[in-house]
Amino acid sequence: MDAPSLLPALALAPSAAAAILIVALRRRPAARDAVSVAAALAQTAVVAAMAPPALRGAPPVWAAIDLVPGVPLMLRADALGVLFALVASALWVLTTIYSIGYVRALREPSQTRYFAAFALCLLATVGIALSANLLTFFCFFEVLTVATYPLVVHAGTPEATRAGRVYLAYTLGGGTALLAAVVWTHALAGTLDFVPGGIAALAAAGPGTLWALLALFVIGCGVKAAIVPLHTWLPLAMIAPTPVSALLHAVAVVKAGVFGLARVVGHVFGPAPLHALGADTALVWIAVATIVGGSLAALPQDNLKRLLAFSTVSQLSYVVLGLAVGAPQAFAGALLHLASHALLKITLFFCAGAIHVAAHVDAISAMRGVGRRMPLTMGAFAVAAAMLAGLPPGAAFASKWQLLGGAASAGAWAGVAALLASTVLTIAYFAPIVVRAFAPDGGEDGDGGHGGEAPASLVVPLLLTAAAGVALGLAPDGLARIESLARAAAHAVGAGR
Amino acid sequence: MISPYWVAIGLLMLGLYAMIAHRNFLKKFVGMTIFQTAIILFFLLLSVKRDATLPILVPGVADPRAYMNPLPHALMLTAIVVMVATAGVALAILIRLHAVAGSLEEDRVDGPEADGPPGR
Amino acid sequence: MRQHLPILPVVVTLGGALLIPIVALGARRVAAPLACVTAGLAAVTAALALADAVASGPLRYAVGGWASPWGIEVVVDGLSGFVAVAIASVATVVLTASGPAVRAGYGPAGPLFYTLALLVLLGLLGMVVSGDLFNVFVFLEVSSIASYALVASAGGRALAAAFRYVVLGTVGASFYLLGVGFLYAATGTLNMADVARLAAGVSASPLLAGGAVFVAVGLAIKMGLFPLHAWLPDAYTHAPAPVVSFLAPVATKAAAYVLARSLLQVIGQADVPVAAAVAWAGGAAVLFGGVMAARQTDARRLLAYSSVSQVGYIAVGLGLGNAPGVAGAYLHILNHALMKAALFVAVGAVAARGGGVAVGALGREMPVTAACAVVAALSMVGVPPAGGFFSKWYLLEGSLAAGEPVLAAVLLAGSLLGAVYMYRLTERVWFAGAERRERGEAPAPVVAGLVVLAVASVAVGVASAPIVARVLGPALPALD
Repeated sequence: MDAPSLLPALALAPSAAAAILIVALRRRPAARDAVSVAAALAQTAVVAAMAPPALRGAPPVWAAIDLVPGVPLMLRADALGVLFALVASALWVLTTIYSIGYVRALREPSQTRYFAAFALCLLATVGIALSANLLTFFCFFEVLTVATYPLVVHAGTPEATRAGRVYLAYTLGGGTALLAAVVWTHALAGTLDFVPGGIAALAAAGPGTLWALLALFVIGCGVKAAIVPLHTWLPLAMIAPTPVSALLHAVAVVKAGVFGLARVVGHVFGPAPLHALGADTALVWIAVATIVGGSLAALPQDNLKRLLAFSTVSQLSYVVLGLAVGAPQAFAGALLHLASHALLKITLFFCAGAIHVAAHVDAISAMRGVGRRMPLTMGAFAVAAAMLAGLPPGAAFASKWQLLGGAASAGAWAGVAALLASTVLTIAYFAPIVVRAFAPDGGEDGDGGHGGEAPASLVVPLLLTAAAGVALGLAPDGLARIESLARAAAHAVGAGR
Repeated sequence: MISPYWVAIGLLMLGLYAMIAHRNFLKKFVGMTIFQTAIILFFLLLSVKRDATLPILVPGVADPRAYMNPLPHALMLTAIVVMVATAGVALAILIRLHAVAGSLEEDRVDGPEADGPPGR
Repeated sequence: MRQHLPILPVVVTLGGALLIPIVALGARRVAAPLACVTAGLAAVTAALALADAVASGPLRYAVGGWASPWGIEVVVDGLSGFVAVAIASVATVVLTASGPAVRAGYGPAGPLFYTLALLVLLGLLGMVVSGDLFNVFVFLEVSSIASYALVASAGGRALAAAFRYVVLGTVGASFYLLGVGFLYAATGTLNMADVARLAAGVSASPLLAGGAVFVAVGLAIKMGLFPLHAWLPDAYTHAPAPVVSFLAPVATKAAAYVLARSLLQVIGQADVPVAAAVAWAGGAAVLFGGVMAARQTDARRLLAYSSVSQVGYIAVGLGLGNAPGVAGAYLHILNHALMKAALFVAVGAVAARGGGVAVGALGREMPVTAACAVVAALSMVGVPPAGGFFSKWYLLEGSLAAGEPVLAAVLLAGSLLGAVYMYRLTERVWFAGAERRERGEAPAPVVAGLVVLAVASVAVGVASAPIVARVLGPALPALD
């Protein structure tokens, strides 16, 4: 039962206030940065406070004015939403601390714009997570597009501008498709509310209509979720500063895309109608193509961040696969993977950034011996990489296990094969990095950079996220009850069946 | 007996043709005036009644059927004023244009740059 | 005074327009504030009238005490009041923000600009509140003649553009007049409500059909609806900057309103498919304007073609004729006025600083100007919560409700084109001009005006549901 409460609105307040304060405090960097961290902590606290009622089945709900007559701006903190919001907020804290160190170490320009845009991104992300209807979701989705643009073009170089242009083209195009889908849904069903198990009135539409509608939704969310062939913007966006890549790839944009797909599958269409339509198979094949394609594309990459980008493309479709398969176990596994991949990928990006700052190295071929000079960083990298490949007791092991089980139980053997193949490929593209990094210092293989670890503000967050990854694997429910949230979300969707 | 409405239509077409086909701006202006006049004529034709006289009150004759419909006449007085005002502005522009460009031919007029701050 | 409220906006503006040249003989610097105050008063009285109309039903006022349908009637209801408030308030903000530009461009002839601008405003407001077909023509010509003069006031290339504007504008107004003549011949009355009532009885009449076509064509020319838009790009490109900032947001809107009124309530019953033609012309305008805008390298020409495209959106909504479509069209009248005003003022401010730079690249030197321009651009593209998104939502809903998915697709394609040319404007369009550039933010009135417009864009977006539900909705006649 919905429980009217101010909490969901309070979850948005810290980032909104932060965006304004950051601009106001632009001449006082210390105060400005403190505001960022404080807002992140506040937001995490509020979101965490909403987890118990969400798990109890009484999600806090907050409705504001009507956006259009009959459709209010409404937030509902159900299990699915709280899970995403929690992952985003908690990682925001660490990313902010890391960002502060990163931009100061590199003396980046336009820091105010950077941190203000960061705050707006988090506002949009939490808004996406907690949206109770498609229109609220769409509004925050578009705000996210606009708020991330200044971050992508931050460097101001021609490559950055070009990457920003491609990014906008893809995301605005996807947004247009999504708008078409939302308006069409309103016309067909008369309502835009997210209903666990699917909007009933939608099932009455003809199969042709449903296929077209689903295609629009998949394109709309799939651009951000970087499914093949809509993924091209992601490697290009690596031109952004590393904390931005960490945020975009672990927390905000791409996870918003798969989250959107989770809402579409679970709360707009429903797994049963999708299965009846035969659309779940199509989604499975899209996921398979992306999983394998992304992994294959990662193999030949020399730029570390580009490799991580393609790895993200691949890993995200683990989530899509779990959503598409339709079994509750797979759905829960998909959500668990959303969280575990976020933790592990952010660790890897943090490491890449630390290596860039301390050793001035971006190319894998130049990373020989880096591990010996930066043992903490590369150690965390190795651990995170191994866990991402599925090594127990890492976080991704549990989620992969559930995904495999769910796919097998639903008879999606292509999905099973893709997951196994990807595991092998993940090891294949990560292992050489680790091996090379810990090899004895060659002399000809690039300069291997200068000595020492990166500053503490960079190293501490990455150690924390790596440790959290291990912890999540050992006790999936211990860490902010992620496992319970995932299960509850899957159950809510399945119960509508 | 040609219906007078055909005259109005003919003038309308003539004016339109002149506005479109002629290259000289002054001739376009003349066409525009003919066009507007045609419409005025059309309205006045609406007011005509059989065996009716001008809509000026003749003392002692109160039957409305003896007078033409005065409303279109009143409307067209306004329209004529509008036509004159438009003509004034158009001609002022043409004078200025000729002073700046030296010609009122369409192809010789497109091209000169701004001749300075407005209002001079 | 209360019962004269419907006519007050027009009277106030007329008073100001007559007062300025007289006062300016003695004290020239009074012209600008006097003009802004007049426009502001017009906006306030229009808002009061609208509030009254929303609370207690349409206000009808008989000019000179002559009762309708023989006398001239002034009608303020949720629709006409809304458009009147939109036009008057945007005009007020733009006039205030144009102060520095007028001083720089017109010098001692400044009062002439303000007089003409107030005359244009007079004509527009008169058109909007008028309940009589011929009265609309009179005010239409008042505003047109003043705007011809305004456009021509730059000299040089503006003169030829202004002359073409004169010719095409006159053709448009004359077609409208011809159409009114046909309607008068068919029904014997000039009062809009009366014509609507009587037209039901003569719905198969060729006179009515001819009248409908001529009225629609005439108003389409005045609106700048493709393919009758030819006067617009040249006029908006070559006219002086403050003139375009003033005309572009408001001038076409009054004609759009009259077309809306005509389609829905006067000529709706005619046999000719005028509404469908308007809708499809609108769709073509959306695409044509968008494609042309995306190809421009001059900022003002780009914005002019953007206006052609946005007028198309309004036309689509009017042509659809259902509640969401028409509501979306009216909402877009307001939204487009706000965002176009902001963009033209921002572009003018940048050009006044010496030009040579794209709008977005000025983030460091003119942060507020650039930020407001970005907000306006986002509204144009249709990013929530800016107003442009909401008017597009209603238009899309209307398209689907009318069973026209192709029109919906056209509208969405228009949004993408909008993103393309807005991106060009903020990132890549270069302003031709002197290479020496002044530093620093635009003058205070400009910045203030821009902020008001940008904030209003977002506020209208957020408030769009109540606006539709309580102002526009009840005033719309029963539509399918």
